Amino acid sequence: MSIILAAEALSCVRQDRVLFENLNFQLSAGQVLYIQGKNGAGKSSLLRLLAGLTLPEDGQILFHGKPLSTQSELFAEQLLFIGHQSGIHPQLTAIQNLAFWSALSEQAIAEPYQLLGSLGLAGLEDIPCFMLSAGQQRRVSLARLWFTNKPLWILDEPFTSLDQQLIAKLEYHFLQHLSKGGVIVLTSHQSLSASYPALQALELEYRW
Amino acid sequence: MVMWRTLVKRELQLLGRQKADWLNPLVFFLLVLSLFPLGIGPEPGMLKQIAPGLVWIAALLSVLLSAERLFKDDYRYGVIEQLVAGRQGLFSYVTAKICCHWLSTGVPLVLVSPLIAVLLGLDWQSWQVLVVTLLLGTPVLSLLSVLGAALTMAADKGGILQALIILPLYIPLLIFASGAMEAAATALPYAGQLAVLLAFLLFALALVPLAVRQALRMNVG
Repeated sequence: MSIILAAEALSCVRQDRVLFENLNFQLSAGQVLYIQGKNGAGKSSLLRLLAGLTLPEDGQILFHGKPLSTQSELFAEQLLFIGHQSGIHPQLTAIQNLAFWSALSEQAIAEPYQLLGSLGLAGLEDIPCFMLSAGQQRRVSLARLWFTNKPLWILDEPFTSLDQQLIAKLEYHFLQHLSKGGVIVLTSHQSLSASYPALQALELEYRW
Repeated sequence: MVMWRTLVKRELQLLGRQKADWLNPLVFFLLVLSLFPLGIGPEPGMLKQIAPGLVWIAALLSVLLSAERLFKDDYRYGVIEQLVAGRQGLFSYVTAKICCHWLSTGVPLVLVSPLIAVLLGLDWQSWQVLVVTLLLGTPVLSLLSVLGAALTMAADKGGILQALIILPLYIPLLIFASGAMEAAATALPYAGQLAVLLAFLLFALALVPLAVRQALRMNVG
């Protein structure tokens, strides 16, 4: 199976502190990279490197075997990145936020109300998101995962402030995405409960 | 095109929810200009003479006032980070932002200009020139302030920094716009100044969106 995303001897420095160095992994279709580590260990920094937002101090990231810097357009077309902040504007309603993200990815949502309803947001679609709880805002943000057709998902702490029921639903959705040949990179402080066919765990040590 | 329409709609929805963003600059503009007749004295000749400079200085400052918060929320909530990662929509987002900033700050200035003409004792001819300079000049103001906002969005208190970056760029605009109005007031030809304003506009329109996109990328990386 061909390798979609790979890191070779990757290292990252923030404020004169080496977060990690000589990091290697290879991800092929249908695999999850599950990144763990203490607060400040560099999980989010690693995700931002992988999303092409920042450049590594040393080493390189390969996308389909070629350096990421030469593939950035193609890579961005296939990438869905949800960072530490939700990407939800609190002054807009859930429907308006979804319309924004669906227009940007040029993916029409067939039934936005139905989608939000299935995520437990029935009746809350048309109120500004700042009135929703943290978990509900997270759900609005993650609703993108249900209408996107991008194969590569990079998610920073997707489970934060979600309840058990929605975590289970999300993990089921992850499995479906993987079975279609998708790739997921995610960080979490919680252990994953579903059994993934090809899980790669990566533990980042906190270093001084 | 569908994407761009949705993005413009989103900006307008945001402006609808955050009315202070576009009402404050407009009120500021009117307040400043209504204070001048009180402070300087109501002699029509005097006001008429300094009106071109006054209107344009007030316009500059009011547009500057509106620009500080342009990208702040989207930056704080991670919208820009995710746009930069996704790449394709970023340019449409930038142009939608510029377009809506002009609609919400430049166009209201044009709409209240008859009132300004009355306040400052401008005649019919001077008012017409004022409207033309505003129509040509305010889009440039918007373009430049969006650029300033993009450059300073990550700075915590970016307001003054932004003013320092943009105000020098506003100066040519100020000179030619008030020059056109002065020429018109003394019945001299003013087409030259208007042509320069148009040139500014076209030049800024071609280059500023690209610069804004780059500034957003730079601030996220």
